[in-house]
Amino acid sequence: MRLHIPIGLGFLAGAFMIVQFFVPHPSFEESYKALMDWTMIIGAFALVLGLQSLFRTHIDKIRRRRQGYGYSFVALISFAVMFMVGIVHGAKPGSLFDWLFMNVQVPLEATIFSLLAFFIASAAYRTFRARTPEATILLLTAVVVMLGRVPIGEFIYAQVPEATEWIMSVPTVAAKRGIMFGVALGVIATSLRILLGIERSHLGGGR
Amino acid sequence: MPAAAATSSTIFGLSTEIIGIWVAALLTLAIYSFLYADNPVYKVAEHIFVGISAAYGAVILYYQALLPKLVKPLIIPLIDRVWHPELADATSPRYTLLVPMFLGLLIFSRFVPKYDWLSRWPIAFVMGLYAGLSIPRSVQEIILKQMHGTMLPLLPRGANGGYDFLTGFSNLLLVMGVICTLAYFYFSARHEGLLGRVSRVGVWFLMVAFGAGFGNTVMARISLLIGRVQFLLYDWLPTIGIHLGGPGMG
Repeated sequence: MRLHIPIGLGFLAGAFMIVQFFVPHPSFEESYKALMDWTMIIGAFALVLGLQSLFRTHIDKIRRRRQGYGYSFVALISFAVMFMVGIVHGAKPGSLFDWLFMNVQVPLEATIFSLLAFFIASAAYRTFRARTPEATILLLTAVVVMLGRVPIGEFIYAQVPEATEWIMSVPTVAAKRGIMFGVALGVIATSLRILLGIERSHLGGGR
Repeated sequence: MPAAAATSSTIFGLSTEIIGIWVAALLTLAIYSFLYADNPVYKVAEHIFVGISAAYGAVILYYQALLPKLVKPLIIPLIDRVWHPELADATSPRYTLLVPMFLGLLIFSRFVPKYDWLSRWPIAFVMGLYAGLSIPRSVQEIILKQMHGTMLPLLPRGANGGYDFLTGFSNLLLVMGVICTLAYFYFSARHEGLLGRVSRVGVWFLMVAFGAGFGNTVMARISLLIGRVQFLLYDWLPTIGIHLGGPGMG
């Protein structure tokens, strides 16, 4: 019962979604929208579980006085301030929540991602040594694409931006298309396994 | 993009816009201090980011999912009905929403080891729903569309009515590339003989795609770096009387 009921529930939900795809009746479309709303509601409850995991990690670190536990205070206080501001004052444009988002989260996110510009250069040096034909192709393509995205590429050779566009629209599309076919077939196979109860890893262990 | 506040109010005589620029600039410098070495200033900024991002996600989910889809149509009308029965025009609660609320609450059974198996119900429901949805969608929106996009003319006509060599070559290469890449991902036979050679060409196409992806990623990161440096030079420095010209807040 502990396993068969959820498998049955998943099968019914999935079977309905397959059927509604082929039935363009308003009642089916409304049911589809309602079910998608249901998933958002369930997802909101699931977020609490994720937040609990974050809190537990940091509270545990503080309680055991592990190295750097002071930073856990910073994370928890930041969370509490942003959350309370959002819930109490609202999240509309021009609100304090929006101010914190624009002046704290956006710059932090952009700066953290821009740090990769420095580290990716050293990673590229280690990775991009042309030791095999495949590595050489990877290296040459990356160099042409990078040069094609900046004015100096056109300055070196006028056709570099056009070459970049051609790489992006022909061989890259060909490879991505092959990957997408594989992904789509994999999604269908995995979905069928989930609906038929063959794939049960998402239900965890136990009986 | 300058990190400007939308409001123009003041705190202690300073505009919130200027305070915002300073906060953003100090946090930017705190993160860049990592380039020298891992240090407490960087760690503080990093943990602020963790807390703020998690709270941002929670608040947005509350306003975009919980409030309009559960609280307003079910919880508030239910409360009104219980505590304010005299309100005749009160909206009737949408009782069907009790089902996702019940399923959502079952997720919390994870906190009670004896009943944690109940948390499988909402997970199975959502997984089943998306599994069912993804089967026809994958066929229609990926397989059929990509097949359609791959059926290209190998002898295309140009604007003057003659054979367009470059387009024909590109189309041929694209069709060959798709076939070769698919051959590489075909694992039901040994990659020997013809299949081995074709799949090797498929690897070359994959390397081109990965190289292009890497190149684009590098340029995107450099673009972000330029944005942050521009912010510091043209938005933050002018607030302490240093003007370098160029784009600013205007």
